[in-house]
Amino acid sequence: MKVLHCKQEICIGCGECEKACSKAYFRVEDRNKSAIRIINNDNTFRAIKCSQCGECINMCTAHAIYRDRNGVVRINKKLCVGCLGCVGFCSELSMFYADDLTEPFKCIACGICTKVCPVNALEILESKAV
Amino acid sequence: MRKVLRSYDYKLTRIEKGYNNRSLYINVGDLRIEEKEVTQFMKDKFIGGKGFDLWYLWHAVTPQTRWDSPENEIVMSSGPIGGITQYPGTGKTLLAAISTLTDIPIDSNVGGYFGPLLKFSGWDALEIQGKSENDLVIVIDGNKGHISIEDAGDLPYDTHLLTEALTEEYAENEDDKRSVSVVCTGSAAEHTLVGMLNFSFYDTFRKTVRVKQAGRGGLGTIFRNKHIRALVVKFKGVKGNLNNPADVATINRIGVKMHKQIHDLDDKQNGMRKIGTANTVMIMNQYDLLPTRNFQTGGDPEAYRIAPEVFVNEFLTQGIHDGCWYGCTISCSKAADNFKLRTGPYAGQCVTVDGPEYENAAGLGANLGCFDPRHVLEANFYCDTYGLDIISTATMMAFVMECYERGQITREDMGGLDLRFGNSDAALELLHQMARGEGFGLIVGQGTRKMKKIFVERFGADEQLLNDIGMENKGLEYSEYMPKESLAQQGGFALTNKGPQHDEAWLIFMDMVNNQIPTFEDKAYALYYYPMFRTWFGLMGLCKLPWNDIVPADNGRTETPAKVPEHVQNYVDIYNAVTGQKIDKEELIIQSERVYNFQRVFNIRMGKGLREHDSSPYRALGPVTREEYLSREERYDNQLREQQGIDPTTMSLEEKLAATRAYREKQFKLLTDAVYKRRGWTNNGVPTPEHLKEIGMDLPMLLEVVEPHL
Repeated sequence: MKVLHCKQEICIGCGECEKACSKAYFRVEDRNKSAIRIINNDNTFRAIKCSQCGECINMCTAHAIYRDRNGVVRINKKLCVGCLGCVGFCSELSMFYADDLTEPFKCIACGICTKVCPVNALEILESKAV
Repeated sequence: MRKVLRSYDYKLTRIEKGYNNRSLYINVGDLRIEEKEVTQFMKDKFIGGKGFDLWYLWHAVTPQTRWDSPENEIVMSSGPIGGITQYPGTGKTLLAAISTLTDIPIDSNVGGYFGPLLKFSGWDALEIQGKSENDLVIVIDGNKGHISIEDAGDLPYDTHLLTEALTEEYAENEDDKRSVSVVCTGSAAEHTLVGMLNFSFYDTFRKTVRVKQAGRGGLGTIFRNKHIRALVVKFKGVKGNLNNPADVATINRIGVKMHKQIHDLDDKQNGMRKIGTANTVMIMNQYDLLPTRNFQTGGDPEAYRIAPEVFVNEFLTQGIHDGCWYGCTISCSKAADNFKLRTGPYAGQCVTVDGPEYENAAGLGANLGCFDPRHVLEANFYCDTYGLDIISTATMMAFVMECYERGQITREDMGGLDLRFGNSDAALELLHQMARGEGFGLIVGQGTRKMKKIFVERFGADEQLLNDIGMENKGLEYSEYMPKESLAQQGGFALTNKGPQHDEAWLIFMDMVNNQIPTFEDKAYALYYYPMFRTWFGLMGLCKLPWNDIVPADNGRTETPAKVPEHVQNYVDIYNAVTGQKIDKEELIIQSERVYNFQRVFNIRMGKGLREHDSSPYRALGPVTREEYLSREERYDNQLREQQGIDPTTMSLEEKLAATRAYREKQFKLLTDAVYKRRGWTNNGVPTPEHLKEIGMDLPMLLEVVEPHL
């Protein structure tokens, strides 16, 4: 299973990952459209992003969330009805939405953000746990 | 393919702020299909949902119209909020018709996908009038803008087969099955007056069709009397923005907040996601509110056998979404899978049983004295597939059982059925008789009011006793809550527009369990506020469960916890966000009052709706029989001392029963006086012209009806 991992102790909170993510998927540099969000707690930084735990799969009211062959949890946009139930139910608060989109979005461990991180705090890990 | 009798093409348009601004009229007698404009007047005064239903129904019928008159209509509508996906409980369809049981308008609400899909197909309401000679299927394709009326051909009759067949037929593939919703009933609707309507949705987790019920008042019977086998709607492409709301950001924000609240608190509160509405069975039993053996007592030592844990641990599939519309994270539509039936035409087959809801466990279980979860599920399945309203059916059967045990009717009168309390076999056979249109099932299927007459005239039963223990008001059977100790719920059942149910004024929990309305004044106010507040859900296409089956963590610290202020504000904000209006919580109540009073005047127009029609069977108010008194003797004796200042030790049991009855009947009378006054009605239950004016409903059509009664 592919999972995005953040080495919090070296993250400097520059936000490059957020910009790269939103640009890649929504063609804007807008933190509110990034599937990774860096939270600043007194200059220590924490990344909010999907752990691919899959809790949202069976609670999805449209049965639109599934785990792909790489173990990554994904949203089938055609089936998604935009109820945002998964946003409220995500224990890690890593399912996101924006008002001009009709479906929520999440980290799919694509690795784009890992390539722009200036301190190499981000990496894609392979995990066996599903 | 079935023979198409009539086709109709319509233009696909965009919903604007919750409204299509048009409705669909279909006459199954002459196969007319017409579009009607939804006017600003309708939106201002009636909002939508049940409001639109009643408005159309008023214009369709006359005071002489009865349930089986061709002009009687089945009207159904969602409502301006209906169909948004972001907030739980937004998929309701509201229906109305002149009832088979009460001769006045019944309204009933139901989940399932039909209402929202009908709305997204372009229609704010659907009126069905007329009567066909042959069985029809009406199909609305909301993506193509096409309506067809087709010959039913060799389609099956019972719900689980019929919904499956039509879903298969109209879906293009497995993924498309969620785009199809069917409305139908079952074989018992042909032979009884308590036929209900099933509304389907495709359960993608179980890969089977599920149904929810518009249960009350005989809507299924009317449907079959019109010779409609099924309605089908097909719409693909549901999204959260299809209502084109004025302010989607607010809807999203409030929706996410609510989903999170359910995620964080449901386990600690009602466990709706695990058990659904049946979570309250043991609480009701504990508080003496679980109707047992025809409402004789409020609980039984055997009740643990139908406790929520039993269903959760042994029958209900856990861990998957169980909502009857998208976005409903309350997820209360539980189901037992692979349930093997032991009786009837489908004996030996494994089926999915939708439920049990609280009403089913309480009614088919406790009220029949059948404390067996398998009995509850089997009876639940057959009522659903046969199209029987479980509430009326259970209350009717409980009445029959008590009549039999008290020697009012004999086994011979029942065609040999041994309908003792607890006899599951006899109860199930009675259901099968109703479906086959045979034997005693035909008599029971007429409903409690007509049964009382038959038992007295044909079997020589005691009329006074039957009137005391027959749990109906206005002709409609009581739903499954024991109101004897709850004055508020006594009014909640009897002082209703459509007869005793728990849609208008379900106050028993706040009265008896949470003790939130302790004084007489509190109860009278509650019988004004809550029926109005709860009516609002029916105008919008909303389910009430997310209002107070989950509450914010700090709700107990608010000034009015029973109202759940944060959720009321959610509804105000969502209504404004969809429609672009600016109402507040006071205007919300006035919106409801307009429709509530309209319905009251409609009843008066139909020759009912006065004080005499709001009377209560004494069983709902207090102990009718010696056994009932003795079963709770200490309580009743104490009440004689405390409430009336009389010493029970010097009285015979008969004297104590009489004194209790006199006191309780007086309390009910005083409550009725207070509630009518609070609602702006005369002492005879007639809305005054002044009150109608105050709420903006001094319409000539209403004034003309009330004036002769002033």
